[in-house]
Amino acid sequence: MSEWETVVGLEVHAHLKTRTKMFCRCELEYGAAENTRTCPVCLAHPGALPVANGRAIEHTIKLGLALECEIASSAVFARKNYFYPDLPKGYQISQYEAPLCGPGRLVVPTAEGDEVVRIVRAHLEEDAAKTVHAGGATGRSVGADYSLVDFNRGGTPLLEIVSEPDIRSSEAALRFLRLLRQTIVELGISDAEMEKGTMRADVNVSVRKQGEEGYRPRWELKNMNSFTFIGRGIEAAVREQIAAYERGETIGQSTYDYDPDTDRLTVHRSKEEADDYRYFPEPDLVPVEPTAELVERLRAEVPEPPGARIRALEQAAGFDVAYALVTTGRDALYAGLVADGVESRAAANWVMNDFAATGADPGAVDIAGMATVLKTPSLTRDALVEATAASALPGFSAADYTSRAAVSDASELGPVIDAVLAANPQQVETYRGGKEGILGFLVGQVMKETEGKADAKAVNALLREKLAQDA
Amino acid sequence: MIDTLRLTAEEAARLLREREVSAAELYAAYRAAIDERDPELHCYLHVCEDDGGEGIPIAVKDVIGTKGIPTTAGSKILENYVPVYDATVIERCKANGLRVLGKTNTDEFAMGSSTENSAYGPTKNPWDPTRVPGGSGGGSAAAVAAGLAPWALGSDTGGSIKQPAALCGNVGLRPTYGTVSRYGAIAFASSLDQIGPVARNVRDCAYLYSIIAGRDPADSTTVELPNAVELPEGEDLKGLRVGVPREFNEHEAIEPGVREAVQRAIELCRELGAEVGDCSLPYSVDYGMPCYYLIAPAEASSNLARYDGVRFGYRSPNGGDRLEMYERTRDEGFGEESKRRIMIGTYALSAGYYDAYYGQAQKVRTVLAREHAQAFERFDVLVSPTSPSVAFKLGARSENPLAMYLSDLLTIPSCMAGLPGLNVPCGLSEGLPVGLQLIGPQFSENVLFRVGQALETAIGFDPVPARLVDV
Repeated sequence: MSEWETVVGLEVHAHLKTRTKMFCRCELEYGAAENTRTCPVCLAHPGALPVANGRAIEHTIKLGLALECEIASSAVFARKNYFYPDLPKGYQISQYEAPLCGPGRLVVPTAEGDEVVRIVRAHLEEDAAKTVHAGGATGRSVGADYSLVDFNRGGTPLLEIVSEPDIRSSEAALRFLRLLRQTIVELGISDAEMEKGTMRADVNVSVRKQGEEGYRPRWELKNMNSFTFIGRGIEAAVREQIAAYERGETIGQSTYDYDPDTDRLTVHRSKEEADDYRYFPEPDLVPVEPTAELVERLRAEVPEPPGARIRALEQAAGFDVAYALVTTGRDALYAGLVADGVESRAAANWVMNDFAATGADPGAVDIAGMATVLKTPSLTRDALVEATAASALPGFSAADYTSRAAVSDASELGPVIDAVLAANPQQVETYRGGKEGILGFLVGQVMKETEGKADAKAVNALLREKLAQDA
Repeated sequence: MIDTLRLTAEEAARLLREREVSAAELYAAYRAAIDERDPELHCYLHVCEDDGGEGIPIAVKDVIGTKGIPTTAGSKILENYVPVYDATVIERCKANGLRVLGKTNTDEFAMGSSTENSAYGPTKNPWDPTRVPGGSGGGSAAAVAAGLAPWALGSDTGGSIKQPAALCGNVGLRPTYGTVSRYGAIAFASSLDQIGPVARNVRDCAYLYSIIAGRDPADSTTVELPNAVELPEGEDLKGLRVGVPREFNEHEAIEPGVREAVQRAIELCRELGAEVGDCSLPYSVDYGMPCYYLIAPAEASSNLARYDGVRFGYRSPNGGDRLEMYERTRDEGFGEESKRRIMIGTYALSAGYYDAYYGQAQKVRTVLAREHAQAFERFDVLVSPTSPSVAFKLGARSENPLAMYLSDLLTIPSCMAGLPGLNVPCGLSEGLPVGLQLIGPQFSENVLFRVGQALETAIGFDPVPARLVDV
């Protein structure tokens, strides 16, 4: 075991699913033509004032409840001041000293027990607009010929969740993130899709000697938008920090960009140049004071947390399968199939392999129908593939597939098998020479000849029988 | 023949209603007065063409956004800026048949007490054009005094309605914070800014307030008025308790002529049946101004960040990269006083200074509010001079910011406490108007109007500058 310990804390951002922006009535529409979802408020025209989006506030409270956070009796919006063209007011409206959600925690189940990650806070803010740098070699602002700003995204409600540095490995970070993402998705407050940019994370990484008290200076990996890169970024930071310490160097607190192509970190900016954001309470907005009735109504809308469902499934499906099923939102599908009589391992297999590959919505699957298909003995492979593809579509009918049972009758298969053996004397020799692995090839040939209609198990048995007889 | 020097809005409404004059004739009369006298006084930054509307004209301070009509806030950085939307107060005026006559001069972003900080040159006082009209709303006050508008809209942060009204001899109300929408008014210091009416008499002032007041969903800090605005009728002050705070009436900065005129008005209150008593507000005068000059610049430094040359207004033609473009635009676009306040405010909000400056000033603000609330347990209104001096000479204080800031010594404390204040002319000193300040508890506008109306009748102040009658 390494003498070094990894220390990770996360700041996760998620776009909230609301009809309109955080502080104005512009509609949010992913993919709308540039600068068509703007108004005096989100363009910061003189005199325009923000009005807080009540739905976004409710979403944030729900998230807070799901993370066992204290819900503030009075939350205050604050201005975070800095200049950038994607920030038209010259300040971002965020929350600072009085966030909506105070300390909480997320319990992350593992095969070895629970990992508790404490939540520092969860608050609400507005996203910046999107800057596109044109010309130049890198696509970054340095060296660009000019930059364009799309204000459609500016003012999108943004949830920020900050964890304590309680995470001790890149794997644990990903376990936490996947579970948090699933929690957010199931609350219905965000799509939280990293590929679409509706979820991203800043990752704070440091290392320390095993048993060491306190934390060493951390590196912040900004705007990470893929689980894979987050894992690799953490590992790269840990590797470079350990190497630096072992060379006897010291490390300063800095912000880094992780380049997945080179697997290297480059300095974004160091603490010395860090901005002074001059936070102060936003005088254009009144404090948010959620009533007890509102909080209780929202609490009633919070579903059973995914972590508990992992534990519930663990016994039947095994931990890894249970974790995978729940964090991809497919556990209800699995449970439904099992309840309808599908054998547990077969159900898990189908859900996590066949069905997952389709990318279809697990909530749309005709569970009873699909269970019937999966329980059909000797179903052809083709029929299963087709049934899988259609399982989440309207008009799915199990009968279309169950009738396509595979041919297992020896009288029908016998002549085909004889022909295959006759056509492949070399493989037959090989088999009889003791290399039974060649059997798969012969089975394949039979399947090919029968256009997939043969029952593989029956073919297998018949082949063995024939090969043994004629020897 | 329409005498714009004496015509009140109420009388103008009657003339229109009874068809004694047409709307076009009324508009033309003000245009003629503007053509005659504004070249000397420079009340207007922009005069509108007659749009053929039917209602009474109104002058609008140039910090209030008007759709399709240039709005500069007296700043070069908004030269040629034309808003795409109307401020809520403008919508309300239009809905009540009022027509925008023109945009009046102001200190840049309403920062000043003499209108000399306008990037477009100072306004002159109609009573004596060698003197300032006060500020920041000197354009609106001078326009009303000189018969260039029947009434006007102003904005008040630390005295910008009351103090020019005092120096120009008209009636100006700074409303209770939160009763008039700020939506569309170019922000100076959001927690202090209030739009309010400037008029030739108290009834017009009350009527205009009734048009603009009330909750606006676009301004989260607004509230419903707890009671309807009443046009004052009464002549006596029986049962009214008038408090005379020593610190506001005995300050060494108050000129003898001002003190005498105010003393006579206080005597009149007694003669009209009011109970008059002394009181003390020990912190308000001494601490109001220093704390105001932390809070207002702090908020201003953030509010003025949006003028960066990216989206609207002035952009420096002197090229450079992004940062240089910001710096040159702001260096060339803002005047000296704006820059001074941006720098003070940025400093007051900076890490390590926030608690000592901005934070501490906000605490003092609570103390001032409490001190006033205690006084209102004994009194219905508090009286004092509005300005320690009558109108001063152009240029007399422009080289000394602290001397200029003293102009608002007596108006600032109630602004800091969010309270309404009314200026009523109470006589002349050295041939120049003296203003009486009436301060009431929150939402006490009706009381202020009643007292103002009674005093106006009893004093019999002639709001027309003698030199304009002689011409």
